[in-house]
Amino acid sequence: MIQTFLRRLYFAAVALFLAAPLIVVAGVSVNEKQDLAFPPKGFSLAWYAQIFADPEWRKALFASLSLAVTAAALAVAIALPLAWFLWRRIAPWANVFQILGLAPFILPPVITALGMLTFWATSGFYGQPWTAVISHAIFFVTLPLVTLSLGFASIDRSLVEAAATMGADDRTVLKTVVLPLIRPYLVSGYAFAFVLSLNEYIVAYMTIGFTLETLPIKIFNALRYGYTPTMASVSVFFVAVAALVFGLIAKFGDIRRLLGAMSSES
Amino acid sequence: MKREAPKSLADYSPLFFPGLMLIVFFVVPFSTMIAVSFFQRDPSGFYTPDFVFDNYARFLSLFFAKVLGFSLMLAVTVAICCVVIAFPFTYLLTKRPRKVQTIWLVCLLSVLSLSEVIIGFAWSTLFTRTAGITNLFVAIGLMKEPVALTPSFWAVLTGMVYQALPYTILVLYPALVRLDPTLLEAARTLGASPVRAFMNVVVPALRNTIVATLIMVFVFALGSYLLPQILGRPSHWTLSVLITDQAIYQSNMPFAAAMAVFLVLMSLALVGLTLLVGRRENAL
Repeated sequence: MIQTFLRRLYFAAVALFLAAPLIVVAGVSVNEKQDLAFPPKGFSLAWYAQIFADPEWRKALFASLSLAVTAAALAVAIALPLAWFLWRRIAPWANVFQILGLAPFILPPVITALGMLTFWATSGFYGQPWTAVISHAIFFVTLPLVTLSLGFASIDRSLVEAAATMGADDRTVLKTVVLPLIRPYLVSGYAFAFVLSLNEYIVAYMTIGFTLETLPIKIFNALRYGYTPTMASVSVFFVAVAALVFGLIAKFGDIRRLLGAMSSES
Repeated sequence: MKREAPKSLADYSPLFFPGLMLIVFFVVPFSTMIAVSFFQRDPSGFYTPDFVFDNYARFLSLFFAKVLGFSLMLAVTVAICCVVIAFPFTYLLTKRPRKVQTIWLVCLLSVLSLSEVIIGFAWSTLFTRTAGITNLFVAIGLMKEPVALTPSFWAVLTGMVYQALPYTILVLYPALVRLDPTLLEAARTLGASPVRAFMNVVVPALRNTIVATLIMVFVFALGSYLLPQILGRPSHWTLSVLITDQAIYQSNMPFAAAMAVFLVLMSLALVGLTLLVGRRENAL
């Protein structure tokens, strides 16, 4: 009895800690005037309309979305053949590429960012929008690589063997058996990379920060010159996008499995 | 279909594109950064190729020692706070129904994916005088008038714990959810209270996981580059902030690169240590 109460209290405290700053941001985002006040004075959704109405914010929103859509696609395009090869073939040295794919995510982000900055500056492409796409794809390739490796590990090899015995060649097996089975993992890998790319600041800043503003860069630049409520409404928008994407993954896939609830063998 | 070794060049073809991308856009930039750390600074542009140790020699200054010391202290504090909060929480979470777990995991992932810019902005709002938490304290009579709680060390620490807590929970989750339930049942049958069973059975059984998680969170916290800037004073800047500052605002890429190389070596050594700890656990 008392234990249940204590557990609920503990869960509530963690929930409150995680939610508190977001509640305040949501609160200040509906202020009627340009005040930083909580509880809000008046109620207005004008600051949400501002994201789309103000040409500067709209441009940043568009830059962020196109970066995230393309970078996540490129990350999946790099991860899929690699994960497939590692599952299909016995080639121990190819694990080097797996380590390369995991490294950018484990190291502090500043390092990848600085590596990209020196690379693009030296090669003379510094500031081109597409450099950020490649940089983000490399930075986030870890996520589709991990989900796809889990996906391949979950495939029952006898299924593939049955298809091969019936005369299907490698390409047919890939198209008719393997790809349909790993589709949920493919989608979640893309979704993870998409959400994180949308939120990423330092790599984007060091590659295209001076020529193009993504939303996080725009928020940080605006923060230095003081407060506008649009920053709050954009933040709420980001939380909503992340919750929506991960909610969909949980609805149509098994998020517990993706996060390691079952060992890859079972 | 059995796994087999690649026989012809065509069997290697799936590796071409990923391999090329990872080498050109990760290995080469990384090597460029290491090379630049030995270059000479060019005040008018980026740098001039050279081979000097000047950038590394600057590590021997008192200023650098202070920043390094503060970064390490901050990251250790964040790691300890996070594991202390997250370990019992994650353990209790794995005992809840699947549906409850799923909802929590979605929320944790959403917070984890938030940009540092947004976390910094949200906490700085919560710590302001006009919209912040102190207004609540005034309302319930704990304080006389609202105050601003930022910039301060505690604001930086709170922000960083907030950023690292979902990460900690998600790192601990697989180990705790796969923990053999019979261990605990045995302890309970023998008459241990749930708290005692947790302290005397679960914690020791996962000692290595706890150490590995501490190190992972420590490396994660070392990477925080915006929260110390948004929530703290310049004296609260960490190595990551200093690298960004030198690279972008002081345009001293060689020195920034040298510090980055140092940070990589430190992180790699720690990650290596984690793998070693993990291996010993698997061997048991």
